[in-house]
Amino acid sequence: MSTAGDQLEVLVNDQPRLFAAPVTLLGALRELGLSERRGIAVAIGGEVMSRSGWAERSLRSGERILVIQATQGG
Amino acid sequence: MNSSSLTIAGVTLNSRLFLGTGKYSSAKIMAESLAATGTELVTVALRRVRTDGAADDLLAHLDRRKYRLLPNTSGVRDSKEAVLAAELAREALGTEWVKLEIHPDPKYLMPDPIETLRATEALAKRGFVVLPYVHADPVLCKQLEEAGAAAVMPLGAPIGSNRGLESRAFLEIIIAQSNVPVVIDAGLGAPSHAAAALEMGADAVLVNTAIAAASDPVGMGRAFRLAVESGRLAFESGLAARSTKPLAHATSPLTAFLTEVGA
Repeated sequence: MSTAGDQLEVLVNDQPRLFAAPVTLLGALRELGLSERRGIAVAIGGEVMSRSGWAERSLRSGERILVIQATQGG
Repeated sequence: MNSSSLTIAGVTLNSRLFLGTGKYSSAKIMAESLAATGTELVTVALRRVRTDGAADDLLAHLDRRKYRLLPNTSGVRDSKEAVLAAELAREALGTEWVKLEIHPDPKYLMPDPIETLRATEALAKRGFVVLPYVHADPVLCKQLEEAGAAAVMPLGAPIGSNRGLESRAFLEIIIAQSNVPVVIDAGLGAPSHAAAALEMGADAVLVNTAIAAASDPVGMGRAFRLAVESGRLAFESGLAARSTKPLAHATSPLTAFLTEVGA
């Protein structure tokens, strides 16, 4: 359904986020200021997306994106 | 000291002290404390990125040339989530090593043995180097070994409790029959606990709270380093047999020379 000018809503870590469609995973992460962050990883719908594939992966409305990062822990 | 190095999954570690990175008051103190311990393996956790707040740049403070990272799966509730967490950690950090911890109960953080065994099997098949955190259960530890665990990490006492080797009798059995390294994880509160663990033949210990929450984490890091080295050296040197009778055995000749002469 997404044509130029449409907006697309996905959930990023359970928070609804709007992007101008079409948008790739890399584009969305860039808008969120996360694309350059080190030690992060992304899964969509429970499937890990390798960094090399971010630019090719188009987002679809309603997808659930999980973005994790290394933090302090024992 | 070469005789004291430890090998896990083909990787030689020159320190038998593994460190957690949680609970430090600052990244600077964490970095200084890690350096004082001489550790070569440090755990990190994974968490959901906040898209609003400031970046948490832990990795800026961890020199990857000095420290191998051991991401944990803390926060997962079952084996399925643990596999996803391990895959995310591999993608995020470029390591196949994973400290597998599955504790569905956030109050006592007790590891779930059934899900941990399931996840160990699944992750080992996928090529991960799995170090499962478990109760000091000798049967489970053998099953984990058979399932492909690279090491086992039985707990000494509940996480963060600083109570020491409360599971000692079971740890002794685990150590006696394990074919993979045994790392005592959780509950070690003092350098003497770490020394005791190494003296009884544990291959390594993992310490976090006892160092991070000390008044001087750098000094405590050094104290743990010495304790671990001392404990290992004692183990390798063969402790003298402990008397089971309430008797004393003299270490000096008992000649009563003061009264014998000219008596």
